[in-house]
Amino acid sequence: MKSIPFKKSFEPVSFFLRWEWILVILIILVSILNTFLSPYFLNISNLYDMTFNFLERGFITLIMAFVIISGNMDFSVASTLALSSCIMGILYHEGMNIWMAVLLALVFGAGAGFFNGTIITRLKIPAFAATLGTYAFYRGVAWVLLENNAVTNFPAQFTALGQGDLPGTEFPIPLFVYILLLIPAAIILHRTTFGRYTYAIGGNKEVSRFSGIQTDRIVRIIFTLSGLVSALAGVFMAARYGSVRADIAPDATLDVVTIVVLGGVSIAGGTGTISGVVLSLFLLGIVRYGMNLINVPPQEQIVITGLLLIFSVFIPQVVNRFSLGKEAKN
Amino acid sequence: MSKKTIFGLLSVLLVLGLVVGCAPKAPAVETPAEEAPAAEAPAAEKPATAKKMTFAIIHLQEGNPYFAVEENGVKEAAAELGVDFIFKGPATMDVASQIELVDSLIAQKVDVIGISAIDPNALVPLGQKAMNAGIKFFSWDSPVAKEGRLLHTDAAAPEALGRVEAQMMGKMLNYEGKVAVISAGATNENSNLWVKWIQEELKDPKYSKMELVEVTYGDDDYQKSYNLAQSLYKKYPDLKGFIAPTSVGIVAASKFIKDEGLTGKVFATGLGLPSEMKEYIKDGICLEMALWNPIDQGYLTIYISEALVNGKLTPKAGEKFTAGKLGELEVVDIGSGNLIVYQGQPKVFDQSNIDEFAAIF
Repeated sequence: MKSIPFKKSFEPVSFFLRWEWILVILIILVSILNTFLSPYFLNISNLYDMTFNFLERGFITLIMAFVIISGNMDFSVASTLALSSCIMGILYHEGMNIWMAVLLALVFGAGAGFFNGTIITRLKIPAFAATLGTYAFYRGVAWVLLENNAVTNFPAQFTALGQGDLPGTEFPIPLFVYILLLIPAAIILHRTTFGRYTYAIGGNKEVSRFSGIQTDRIVRIIFTLSGLVSALAGVFMAARYGSVRADIAPDATLDVVTIVVLGGVSIAGGTGTISGVVLSLFLLGIVRYGMNLINVPPQEQIVITGLLLIFSVFIPQVVNRFSLGKEAKN
Repeated sequence: MSKKTIFGLLSVLLVLGLVVGCAPKAPAVETPAEEAPAAEAPAAEKPATAKKMTFAIIHLQEGNPYFAVEENGVKEAAAELGVDFIFKGPATMDVASQIELVDSLIAQKVDVIGISAIDPNALVPLGQKAMNAGIKFFSWDSPVAKEGRLLHTDAAAPEALGRVEAQMMGKMLNYEGKVAVISAGATNENSNLWVKWIQEELKDPKYSKMELVEVTYGDDDYQKSYNLAQSLYKKYPDLKGFIAPTSVGIVAASKFIKDEGLTGKVFATGLGLPSEMKEYIKDGICLEMALWNPIDQGYLTIYISEALVNGKLTPKAGEKFTAGKLGELEVVDIGSGNLIVYQGQPKVFDQSNIDEFAAIF
């Protein structure tokens, strides 16, 4: 495993030989391709509209980066998303003020995440297994609560959250919130000890623990945040649809993990950056959007996304071996 | 922030900047001269010259043979009217994918969007967005809630479809025995309506010796529906019939009956495609089933699109229009402004006519 990155002098070659730059190049290439293929692509209104489709998942990718870098996995994000928004819907339906219901949904999400974190750290159940369990359990509870019904008729100020733009502009509110979330995520992961510990735990959990890092506490915090952000995504999704059902976002977890892995975060833990995750979210979003604009059949879209994912796992290996070789020479 | 993060964020901003700088603020279709010329010439034509219209018909899911059959009707009508069409659905039956599809169609500025909705409420904001953008938006097969679309078109009234399924089952079982329903997706409004009318019909005293034990949802997925048939039969060993208001569910239930050698003891009915159900009807597993002509349904969506664009349909209750070979149809208000166009009455298929129709669809 790579050692914890420390500040070293700026080396142009190995700096540019990073996964994130490949993502940048891909984004530019795909954008150029899309512009050739469809006259509707390079239109700022359409592009802003495009972002609505993936921003809720985008929120979750920011925290999923922490989860995976720390050597864990959270399969339950989509279920927490669904259950939190169901709870919000039911509370609102029973007469509670919508914002109060939103707040309680967020609190619930954090609690659900904390529950995950606790099972993993105190009961020593591996994250894979624990969150596979809650993936089913939380979704199941959502079905029991809401059954086959939908909660609708949300107030306009609420749905504006998910569908609207910042007043006076065409800038989508969810995009604004995404940026608001991404700044602290980047700062925490790359500039604080908490972030460094996250990498350390992912690199080697036992060694970190023996070095005095409170691994359990950090993992619990990360999972709690995962639940909280999932609930937030659920709130925005409910606002965008104008309705809440037990079955919203059925495949979100896989999507989120795909985006994070494509962003250069290794499943084994210990490596990855927020910028990679951001770039990969937009890359995948632009690829999907471009394909939809020229009406590529959905089955073919899955093939293309799959190829990108394989590519994303394969290339970093090559890049790593290359740059490690360079480091060894120095 | 670390250098990596700075450069990462700068790259994103760079890309966004390129996009903002090069794209016009107003929703213009042409890209400015500095960009490479757009590939599609027809799309750049102004409306003054008669541009070929594009109607987008969105269905529930790719890979469902029922919609593949519908496409024939769509093609036929589009050829008759001289319009372009886009006929597609999401890869998986999930709301977010359908929303994404509709969104990209709005971006492509099609003339009409007709959709069979996975969720009646989630498509409402998008329907309103489409209509605000000047695109005619209507629903077919599986409805969108009335505030989100101009009108809805259904093959036949849900009441007629639901009741006939219960009636067929009753005849097959001699009005005695337990039955179970294997429906489509839990959110599909039209299949839910059919189930409701099945239940209503079964309340009639002549069905007093019959019992509907359970309503299950197979999501129009063959394997899931088959498993449901299995588990239902296990749970209720004296189950006598499956009612499946879904062309996937009825095939799955029939296959299950055949696999278990229950032909003649357990029966299946519901809504099915003649070509898929021919062998089971001949075997006597399903003595009767119903449907409408899906080719005609596809055909109608294009004619409705044309009528909406050309102003023949506002739509308003009582308006009539000619839908090609289907003749004259009328817009009905089934309550509080809920406008529907019905294609016709359900058609019953049995051993006497299955061969004829299995050849068509």
